[in-house]
Amino acid sequence: MAAIDATALPTARDTGRSTAIAAIVMVVFLVLAPFVLYPVFLMKALCFALFACAFNLLIGYVGLVSFGHALYFGWASYLAAYAAKSWGMPIEVSIIIGTATAAALGVIAGSLAIRRQGIYFAMITLALAQMMYLVALRSKLTGGEDGIQAVPRGRLFGTFDLSHEMTMYAFVLVVVLAAFFLVYRIINSPFGEVLRAIRENEQRTISLGYRTERYKLIAFVLSATLAGLAGAIKAFVFQLASLTDVHWTMSGEVVLMTLVGGLGTIFGPIVGAFIVVALENYLAPFGQWVLVIQGCIFVACILLFRRGVVGELAHRLHVRL
Amino acid sequence: MFTILGHPSQQLFGQLLLGLINGSFYALLSLGLAVIFGMLNIINFTHGAQYMMGAFVAYILLNYLGINYWLALIIAPIVIGAIGVVIERLFLARIRQLDHLYGLILTFGLALIIEGLFRNYYGSSGQPYAVPDSLQGGHNLGFMFLPNYRAWVIAFSLVVCFATWFAIERTRLGSYLRAATENPTLVRAFGINVPRMVTLTYGFGVGLAALAGVMAAPIYNVSPQMGSDLIIVVFAVVVIGGMGSIMGAILTGFALGIVEGLTKVFFPEASNTVIFAIMIVVLLLRPAGLFGRSV
Repeated sequence: MAAIDATALPTARDTGRSTAIAAIVMVVFLVLAPFVLYPVFLMKALCFALFACAFNLLIGYVGLVSFGHALYFGWASYLAAYAAKSWGMPIEVSIIIGTATAAALGVIAGSLAIRRQGIYFAMITLALAQMMYLVALRSKLTGGEDGIQAVPRGRLFGTFDLSHEMTMYAFVLVVVLAAFFLVYRIINSPFGEVLRAIRENEQRTISLGYRTERYKLIAFVLSATLAGLAGAIKAFVFQLASLTDVHWTMSGEVVLMTLVGGLGTIFGPIVGAFIVVALENYLAPFGQWVLVIQGCIFVACILLFRRGVVGELAHRLHVRL
Repeated sequence: MFTILGHPSQQLFGQLLLGLINGSFYALLSLGLAVIFGMLNIINFTHGAQYMMGAFVAYILLNYLGINYWLALIIAPIVIGAIGVVIERLFLARIRQLDHLYGLILTFGLALIIEGLFRNYYGSSGQPYAVPDSLQGGHNLGFMFLPNYRAWVIAFSLVVCFATWFAIERTRLGSYLRAATENPTLVRAFGINVPRMVTLTYGFGVGLAALAGVMAAPIYNVSPQMGSDLIIVVFAVVVIGGMGSIMGAILTGFALGIVEGLTKVFFPEASNTVIFAIMIVVLLLRPAGLFGRSV
């Protein structure tokens, strides 16, 4: 199933110089940005950028639409916050606990969802996420409507005081950049090639001797794990894990970010996340209109702008980004 | 009054009735989704919003124009169906040749717009809608009290569901529809206007959702988010039943409503997750769904 407009996608193995240049520009921007922009805003955008990259790994490279990624993001956030607050774990261990939770949930949800294809896959992931939302609503661990508040950031490796915003930013930036690099390596590995082959023609990939089910599951778990990492970090950035992070609107938001930036592009989800987070910042005073505006962006993207910002740019410049 | 497995019959049958009512809404909505999916090959995420709009049309008709429930039952599906036709022409027709993930995202966006607009004007709290006078009150059946309105909802939904089944499976128009689902190009070659049929099918499916909305208005409050919570459960219902069969969608809808009602009596804490749990079991045992063809 050719899920995505092929012209918007990097098809060759080597994405070469344009990617390197774009990566350098991005790193320079992210290092300098906190001196100009509000660090908490940037950290939020970075968490969502990672979340969107994780989501893009599935939709952009395997052609699987998960409509329930809030499940991994939100529950990782809960477990990380709970480990730090109730068990007194240091931040690095808490983040690992949160991420591992997301990976475990990814194994369960993934092995169920890949039993059906296409449109059913989206509905199953959404339904499973809603089920776990309802569990979060009642569970003692999550604190129900209140969530887990005042999550202590503590000291990283017992030395760096993370209550200082700049130190926290540096930590978040290093982790997220490492994760971006990991995603890039996954996409550009022989494993990534097989994923793309599945997206283009699953039957043919099977006939070539690949166990596509297994590849799809691994991709799903990787995506869920990275989404969990993003959620776990977010719990410490805002020192809060709440129901909004597991709600279906969060799953929709990550679709929006990826779509705005460009499905199946390397930098698209990152750019998309920054755009959507910035937009929400400025639109916050308009309250309920945010939903309407988000909806309009969805519709406009699908009808007029399917390549997204980065996809369109790459198409115009004849490069792969 | 007697007890069954330690539960008073009143409570048991009361929940069973509520389950049947939920089941009628599941059936009507999954029926609409299945019909739309068959022709348009998209999952209509806007379905929940259209159900909500149906309820609001009834509310608006009553409160601003003084038009009663019975007329609303006719007017709301026509109005929302007409809006559906416009949506199909304006948006969905443009993405028909694309992968169905775009249809899903597009209709999701439309659902956000509709829900957002209604929240702006009506807030998040529910608006009450009175049960029509002629259906006030109820009957004491001895083992339970049966409110007239609830009996009407179940009976009428059954009639609508089976009428739809009959229209699709047993009439000439329905045979065109089924043929066009299988092979639209061939049906077009026979001189049947398939694009128009697609548009009308969408309008019809959406009209069913609006009809369910009107019926739901007196039972639940009319609120902007009444659709979004329901539609996710309906998706699970559709995964369980599979969208290959019209009768399958109807039966699954009603059956799951009953199961949910019974769970409310015996394991109240699991009542809102039981349908998702059943979905997991079905995926493990019969991945194609109870009535589904393998997809």
